[in-house]
Amino acid sequence: MSENIKVLIAKPGLDGHDRGAKVIARGLKEAGMEVVYTGLRQTTEQIVRAAIQEDVDVIGLSILSGAHSHLFPEIMKKLNDSGKDDVLVIAGGIIPDEDHDELKKLGINGIFKPGTPINEIVEFIHQELDVA
Amino acid sequence: MQIDVDKIFAGDERTVAQAISLVENSREDAFELLRKLYLKTDLAYLLGVTGPPGGGKSTLVEKIVARWVENGEKVAVIAIDPSSEFSGGALLGDRIRMGSIATHPDVFIRSMATRGYLGGLNPAIFDTVLVLSAAGYQRIVIETVGVGQNEIDIVSLADTTLVVTVPEAGDEIQSFKAGLMEAGDLFVLNKSDHATAHRMELILKQMIDLARSDNSDWKIPLVKTVATEEEGLDELIKHITAHKQFLHDSNLEVSNKKKVMKNHLIHLLEEGLRNKYIEPLLKESSFHASIDAVINREVDPYTKVSEWLNDFGKEDFDR
Repeated sequence: MSENIKVLIAKPGLDGHDRGAKVIARGLKEAGMEVVYTGLRQTTEQIVRAAIQEDVDVIGLSILSGAHSHLFPEIMKKLNDSGKDDVLVIAGGIIPDEDHDELKKLGINGIFKPGTPINEIVEFIHQELDVA
Repeated sequence: MQIDVDKIFAGDERTVAQAISLVENSREDAFELLRKLYLKTDLAYLLGVTGPPGGGKSTLVEKIVARWVENGEKVAVIAIDPSSEFSGGALLGDRIRMGSIATHPDVFIRSMATRGYLGGLNPAIFDTVLVLSAAGYQRIVIETVGVGQNEIDIVSLADTTLVVTVPEAGDEIQSFKAGLMEAGDLFVLNKSDHATAHRMELILKQMIDLARSDNSDWKIPLVKTVATEEEGLDELIKHITAHKQFLHDSNLEVSNKKKVMKNHLIHLLEEGLRNKYIEPLLKESSFHASIDAVINREVDPYTKVSEWLNDFGKEDFDR
């Protein structure tokens, strides 16, 4: 694992509010990570292509629209199909508790609710990527 | 990590991306790979795009790349943003403006942070260009914020350099005129529908007239654009094509290549010396003791450094 952790922060689908995503992007940057932010209303294809080309270690999906159960499986499938399956995928936004199990089964290992301290996310990433 | 060279030549996106990571993160391993690429690879045409933040560089790049791709070219973009000096992290946001080309099969976009490279980012950028050229990208755009020497160095790699300014950038233009004004082969006044554009146009024209002291026959054009509306885009593309042709016809291509390669060799030497001799020295406890010794006037810094320089490579000679 390289010293410089590279993260893609992406907002899939149709929601027009990215304050949360930007706060996370900035927080991870301040924790020393290189954060690619792709902006609002990204298609699943855009996200997966960006993850591949940027060769990121982590993908952070931010979603508030409620479409996670539709969009996340699509993203995970495209990642698998393209061979980019070595990436840690985490998610945040408005994702009801009852959906967490289903998403974890997809391989989305960290789901962070509003109000999560940035440190918790940073620690999670370090732990999962096995860096101190 | 083992990288399959054939997959790079075949243009496999994932392999190319991994190779660039190697170039960025693990130089010694990367050299192994780059050796296999270099002799079989012609470097792509390089367009450098620079200028003050918020000037519309990424939007312009998106539009230029879209046109090139329409004409059947394979195009790569290297978008460079600064690293934080405090945390070492970086926010790489150039993709935000490149959504429309981001999924095109013939486009490859890579964001890179400047990191704290002592010798500048240059060697890694050159090597990234090499990887992308080997993968079949015929044109490569390097986008940087035009503020520091580092960025000007990066731009010096380019065959054609585009300096993008905006009407409200008056003060910034003043601050970078010495470096960037000399580097620009083409100037773009973006957001030229702005009310104060005319004034800026006059300032720029004067500066451009004064900027170049070389005896080149290239007359530096100033193109007015509104990138979001694609206004002036045709003209801009025409000028870029003309400059490419000019380089070819005037033989400047050859002297540019020589200049770029000279710089790359120097950068690789500096990088090698640093990794082989300086970095290990910095880790030695005697180095830290020497800092104190110098502060306490037990020895002067010049003597100390010349001692180190004399010691460099000695073990190698003993062998």
